[in-house]
Amino acid sequence: MSENNVFLLDGEEIPFTPGQTVIEAATAAGKYIPHLCWHPEFKPYGSCKLCTVKLIGPHGGRLGSSCTLAAQPGMEIENRTPEIDDKRRTLLQMLFAEGNHFCPSCEKSGNCLLQATAYELEMLSPHFDMFYPDRPVDASHPDVLLDFNRCIMCALCETASREVDKKNVFAMGGRGILGRRIHINSESGRLADTDFALTDRAASICPVGVILPKRKGFAVPIGARKYDQAPVSAQVPGDAK
Amino acid sequence: MSATPSPPKKLRVATTSLAGCFGCHMSFLDIDERLLKLLDLIEFDRSPLTDIKHCGPCDLGFIEGGLCNAENVHVLREFRAHCKILVAVGACAINGGLPAQRNHLDLRDVLEEVYQTEAGLSHGGIPSDPELPLPLNKVHPIHEVVKIDYFLPGCPPSADAIWKFLTDLLAGRTPTLGHGLLHYD
Repeated sequence: MSENNVFLLDGEEIPFTPGQTVIEAATAAGKYIPHLCWHPEFKPYGSCKLCTVKLIGPHGGRLGSSCTLAAQPGMEIENRTPEIDDKRRTLLQMLFAEGNHFCPSCEKSGNCLLQATAYELEMLSPHFDMFYPDRPVDASHPDVLLDFNRCIMCALCETASREVDKKNVFAMGGRGILGRRIHINSESGRLADTDFALTDRAASICPVGVILPKRKGFAVPIGARKYDQAPVSAQVPGDAK
Repeated sequence: MSATPSPPKKLRVATTSLAGCFGCHMSFLDIDERLLKLLDLIEFDRSPLTDIKHCGPCDLGFIEGGLCNAENVHVLREFRAHCKILVAVGACAINGGLPAQRNHLDLRDVLEEVYQTEAGLSHGGIPSDPELPLPLNKVHPIHEVVKIDYFLPGCPPSADAIWKFLTDLLAGRTPTLGHGLLHYD
């Protein structure tokens, strides 16, 4: 690594190896860039837009997704500024208003990346009128429950199932707010009619409360859950996940 | 003749529960003996804790619960008309909360299920007395009907969160909740 391979993130020097994206280099250096759909094991997907940063130099104030932005020497990047965090909060509010995120009864509460990110960015309300979607729950599988009303369409389950499990159980499909969602690749559209298993990588990768193991909920005491202990920004790179 | 300085004017606070469970009020009472300190600074207007029937001019209104029937909407509008600052307290007021899980059900089906068709009922029919407020088709958060000045999340917000919020507000600061105080569950 040449010593020129450095960029500035909120004024701090971040080293990188050529080919790394901004979020990869920042995470390796222990710096937190908010994100939901990015996962270090997989290629960037680019749907959540939470990792948006501002390029001060050399391209003068342009916004870009740090998960797809290749790190280059001499870049000057703003990350945790009030301006960018404000835009991120709006994105979170859109996600919360779009789904049924009733945290008080969700088994993923305290271990949910969406929730933890909203805490990190001090989101106090969804701000927008609620959408209240009505997508049926799929409880057909003996070991796994799917609640699509909590899906943020990060597509990590689709990618993990295709690339790691080699099963191709999930598929992102449909158009627009009413149509677009994760579908199950079986003739019936039910999870029970696939070879999906609780041991699959896709079963544990969901950052929110869509893919849940049955009969395992509420096992961790309040106070001991992942994000009870420390905010998401303090769990980097562990929580780059 | 030197007049003794009059004690500072107390802030007038109204509270109510709409489609709430009273849990946010209980969490408010969980500030325990700090309540005595608070009573030096505030006085209550309409509240489930007082006998005042209608909200008068207030500095602060605390609303728990979402909107599930017509009376909720009337009460909320009364609070908005009389309170300088209106606060949505708890998950229900903020996003409808768990009661909004009825939003994917047909209201008639729900009423028929609990008043008519369920086994063990005497088939008396859905209550229709005009004294009773009609339920809304869906449960709504309160910010969809009136402007809300502050949101205090939690189900319920913890006593410490409520205390932090109140003391910030009474001191003239914008209330902030850090890690541990800000939660939705």
